Amino acid sequence: MAKTKETLVEIKDLKRHFKVDRKNILKAVDGLTFDIYKGETFGLVGESGCGKSTAGRTIMGLYQASAGEVRFKGASVHEKKSKRELKNLTRSMQMIFQDPYASLNPRMTVKDIIAEGIDIHGLAKTKEERTKRVNELLETVGLNAEHGNRYPHEFSGGQRQRIGIARALAVDPDFIVADEPISALDVSIQAQVVNLMKKLQKERGLTYLFIAHDLSMVKHISDRVGVMYLGNLVEVAPSNELYETPLHPYTQALLSAIPIANPQIERTRERIIVEGDVPSPINPPSGCRFRTRCPMAMEICSKIEPKFIEHEPEHWVACHLYGKN
Amino acid sequence: MKKILSVKNLSVSFDTYKAEVKAVRDVSFDLHEEETLAIVGESGSGKSVTAQSLMRLIPMPPGKFVGGSILFNGEDITQKSEKQMESIRGKEIGMIFQDPMTSLNPTMTIGKQIAEGLIKHHSMAKKEAYNRGVELLKLVGIPTPEKRINQYPHEFSGGMRQRAMIAIALACNPKILIADEPTTALDVTIQAQILDLMKELQKETGTAIILITHDLGVVANAAHRVAVMYGGKIVETGTVDEIFYNPRHPYTWGLLGSMPRLDNHDEELKAIPGSPPDLADPPKGCPFAARCPYAMKACGSHMPEYYELSSTQKTACWLLDERAPKVEPPEFANVGGSKVNG
Repeated sequence: MAKTKETLVEIKDLKRHFKVDRKNILKAVDGLTFDIYKGETFGLVGESGCGKSTAGRTIMGLYQASAGEVRFKGASVHEKKSKRELKNLTRSMQMIFQDPYASLNPRMTVKDIIAEGIDIHGLAKTKEERTKRVNELLETVGLNAEHGNRYPHEFSGGQRQRIGIARALAVDPDFIVADEPISALDVSIQAQVVNLMKKLQKERGLTYLFIAHDLSMVKHISDRVGVMYLGNLVEVAPSNELYETPLHPYTQALLSAIPIANPQIERTRERIIVEGDVPSPINPPSGCRFRTRCPMAMEICSKIEPKFIEHEPEHWVACHLYGKN
Repeated sequence: MKKILSVKNLSVSFDTYKAEVKAVRDVSFDLHEEETLAIVGESGSGKSVTAQSLMRLIPMPPGKFVGGSILFNGEDITQKSEKQMESIRGKEIGMIFQDPMTSLNPTMTIGKQIAEGLIKHHSMAKKEAYNRGVELLKLVGIPTPEKRINQYPHEFSGGMRQRAMIAIALACNPKILIADEPTTALDVTIQAQILDLMKELQKETGTAIILITHDLGVVANAAHRVAVMYGGKIVETGTVDEIFYNPRHPYTWGLLGSMPRLDNHDEELKAIPGSPPDLADPPKGCPFAARCPYAMKACGSHMPEYYELSSTQKTACWLLDERAPKVEPPEFANVGGSKVNG
């Protein structure tokens, strides 16, 4: 539903490496390049350990980048900034965390949790205004004003995630990174939170980076989807196209592995089962990183790392099976 | 197929400082040889407590059996002593837990953990048990089992740990395997591997499986029969086709509607409003009444009885009463596929 193709966040060759010990470096994110358009939801999927959360945090500036850059509205996220510049940036980028139990301070009332950003950025001049804003936010996410005086432990998982969303919305951001916002919730509650996020996006023109491992939910919420494997993107495409004509063997395997809630389909479905586990990102395979599990691996795959190319308009893939690679 | 387990009117409660939490209320089901029964429900619906009761893994106190029976081999498990249970656990009923990271003992090698049951239940010699352990690891698809058997859990990946746990659970050829969310902590590609493995092993060994999950995709993939739990009760039970193609309980409709589908586009998910009931003070009537769009007066005050829709499908909902208005399942609960005659 991105009507305009105005780029909001530009990610270029972003790397984030962690030093494990003297000899080893864990390349959690290793050369990400993609754009996030204004008003869209970009879904980032991959299995655990593929670096999707690290990517989200690095894009937010919670981690320093090891190399490459992230430009938000044209300004670099990772460059050194004055306090005021940093505040301006953090006001327009917010995050929703995975674990609604761990990401709310248990010793603060919900009102104070939500108002923290309002206080830091001085968005409310009087106490009454602060309360009014918090109450509005609570109502926006489907809670009521009375809930503000309670503590996080008094809420269920779904309600807590709503509080997390209200907190992110408090400073009126343009861009929200949602790191597995629903994976800790029950199915029926997941749908509530996803519907809420979609509604807020429509009302406020928000841009989301939606990180998840649940491909069916990502497809549902995203306009475009990027698939990550071992620190790198293997495919980026508009979500319907990705699900209908996946190009990369990994994407194909990932899609075929999702069980569909329909027994007749499940009984007759042919699965592409990928063998083995994800290799360690400390010592990833040479060439294409997926080649050790890839059913289509060729000789060239172990030698040369495939380039990330635009195989069809808006459909990017990194695989030797396609194009000039 | 022979019936091997029969749960009748089981009720399990927990004493807390606040009140008695009635986690499982009047639950009945049967399990047959060579079948997979899926118990589906949200967290707090009582599905895990039901499963753990079968193995008597509920700490008592604070837990307690309030009523009912669990008949296994004609004997009531709820009446057994702790000592008698020791000869059932692992030997007759095996269990796979959700989290392979925390349910293996980090201080013991995988081999020792597999051999433990064999040595205890089958009085095997150490050497013999280890050899059997190597076979089992091979069976569950772990490469170089001779080497792996002497390693510790931290040296295994998540998927391999789950395989190792399946090996431990299967070591003594149990008649029933309880799998409590066996793939929830795993990635989809690994999940597909593990589900395939469980199906293959079932074919080979004839074990009955109780699969606890909240993922309807997993249910469609692996189960023969399904019991849908809500608020400590089974609200609907039937064969997998009946539950997916002819569901009659509004909660089952809600569950099916709140799942995103890969085959349709951009529709809003049909969320079930509200949240599950507090089981410290369970509603008098149908547990789903407060969230049910079709709730009638009777629903709030009287628990509906089970209406038998076929020899296999039973649904506890007042809508099926002849006095109730006719309600057809909403369009969003139609997962596609032909309806079964019921």
